Amino acid sequence: MSEKFLEIRNIVKVYPTPEGGEVRALDDVSLDIAAGEFFILLGPSGCGKTTLLRSIAGLEYPDSGEIVLLGDRIDDKPPYERPVNTVFQSYALFPHMTVGENIAFGLEMEKIEKDEVAKRVVEALAQVKLSGYENRLPSQISGGQQQRVALARALAKKPKVLLLDEPLSALDLKLRRGMQVELKRLQRETGITFVFVTHDQEEAMSMGDRIAVFSEGKIVQLDTPVNVYRRPINAYVADFIGETNLIEGTVVASGISLPGGNILPTNQLAEDSVVPGSGKVTVAIRPEDLVIANDGIIGGTVRDVIFTGDSVRVYVTVGDTEVIASLASYGTQIPAQGSHVTLNPENRAARTVAS
Amino acid sequence: MTATTSAPKSDSKRLENRARPGQSSPKLAYLPIIFLAFAIGVPLLIIVIYSFLEKPSQGTGVKWVFTTENYKALFIQQKLDGTTSLDTRYIKVLWTSFIYSLITTIVTLILSVPVAMWIATRDARRRTLLVALVTLPFWISILIRTYGMRQIIADEGPIGKFLSLFDIDWSILYSPPATILGLIYVFLPFMILPIYASAERFDFRLAEAAYDLGAKKLTVVRKIILPSIRPGIISGVALVFIPALGSFLQSDMLGGGKTNMVANVIANNFGQARNWPFGSALAVLLIVLTLLFILIIQGVSQRRGDKVELV
Repeated sequence: MSEKFLEIRNIVKVYPTPEGGEVRALDDVSLDIAAGEFFILLGPSGCGKTTLLRSIAGLEYPDSGEIVLLGDRIDDKPPYERPVNTVFQSYALFPHMTVGENIAFGLEMEKIEKDEVAKRVVEALAQVKLSGYENRLPSQISGGQQQRVALARALAKKPKVLLLDEPLSALDLKLRRGMQVELKRLQRETGITFVFVTHDQEEAMSMGDRIAVFSEGKIVQLDTPVNVYRRPINAYVADFIGETNLIEGTVVASGISLPGGNILPTNQLAEDSVVPGSGKVTVAIRPEDLVIANDGIIGGTVRDVIFTGDSVRVYVTVGDTEVIASLASYGTQIPAQGSHVTLNPENRAARTVAS
Repeated sequence: MTATTSAPKSDSKRLENRARPGQSSPKLAYLPIIFLAFAIGVPLLIIVIYSFLEKPSQGTGVKWVFTTENYKALFIQQKLDGTTSLDTRYIKVLWTSFIYSLITTIVTLILSVPVAMWIATRDARRRTLLVALVTLPFWISILIRTYGMRQIIADEGPIGKFLSLFDIDWSILYSPPATILGLIYVFLPFMILPIYASAERFDFRLAEAAYDLGAKKLTVVRKIILPSIRPGIISGVALVFIPALGSFLQSDMLGGGKTNMVANVIANNFGQARNWPFGSALAVLLIVLTLLFILIIQGVSQRRGDKVELV
């Protein structure tokens, strides 16, 4: 990337609360988004991700900071002067206009010729596989179709950046999976930069080129899906992205002493794990990285065994904590409830995380 | 054997007679329906019958002789020499009423849309308060409010006194503007409330989407907000225009008799002029015209696909 595409510089947005206090929705957030990137803003509700998206769209004005798109400062421009468009969580289709009129609306605002508008409406509908739906009203099509129309309406404007605010959250799981693939395809085909807000970490990982994990108005970690999953920067990220066993241990000479008294040797931890000289430390192990071993490091009693189809989840009580192991449902020895098992982390997948 | 066969029968009958929770018995509606039928239907019937009867040569009331003269008299003047000519007096009165109602409707509409939108965008608690304030005039008798209006706009009232400081002559009481002012004042809440009801349901995210798609403020209002609150606007127009057409008090108290609306002429025929049959014919004409307007408004709203029910 030779030129910077979308730069977010030290954005701060503070909201007053009804109680008279204030919430820092965005607390000095900075990040760069590359051209053609599928960028994810991920976090729980109220973490500031949507506020950032709306600030880029121009529906919200940050208190301080800059938003620069292709060298142009856009943060003080009204929405209609920004080459960005949004797909809203509620779709926000105009109910009194047909599908075709909805898509044409944004083009008419650009004073595009009538013939060209008609052509681009047809194009946009074809793009989202809804050809022939021009004359339907939004109330006459399904939720999934409304979603596609919202997408077509924004894409028809050929924006520099497409902002998507949890666009799939209202769809059922199967439809959502289908749309995820569809969105990836559209992004690839159009080459438009997508900024996608979601609270669903699985969705984030399956779609994003990079993910910014938000917490309380700040970016906690910004990395590729693999790195965010495999190398979480702290316990919050480890816990929020996927599922993680967070085990409290104590640093000893040969490694980390875990509940139950066994030692996890330092050379079995991920290579980039940082182990302090002494004191308490948190070890993160993904359930799928645990295997049943004859002489494992983590020993405990099986509280529950749950078959989920592709895996078997084994809940093991270890001292006063619980460890979850996710085993392959086929070809492994499944322990019985109440039996004593010992588990080992595989392939140096255990790591220490900052709490 | 008989016991076992009869048991389910009585059971199902008992279940049938039992009203489901939240479902009221239709019997409760009988009394009000009967009352309304008498209170509206009977007077209406009397008016229609009277309109086809003759005026007695002396005193008030009707003479039970069938005639259509009353309807002819609405438009045709019989001269002393027996010739007839077109009588435009009553057409003019109807036209005046129509124009006053139209002005009232347009002005209240222009005032109400911004007010309703503004209220609809406040937070829930303030909305309740503001709607209560809009309905506040209903707490005071319309008669008293109109008296109050008379005091305020009188030549020597607060406005007149204030303007006299600048040597501006103020004299609108007992003139058409005073009547129209009174109508606007009385009917304003009837325009604000239905528009507010529509505006409150308006999803402001639609306005955001329009901005996002490149629309400027005026376009958002014209193309997104106004079409969305159209059902409220149609209701408001109906609720203001139709009663305004038949209003009596404002032209009587503020217009000073100089600017008669059709209701004043009707009242006059039942009072001083002592011509009940003619007053009835004029009243029937007003009812027919009102129904016509209702049908037009409903036709417009149906063509647009809005859900507005008036009849």
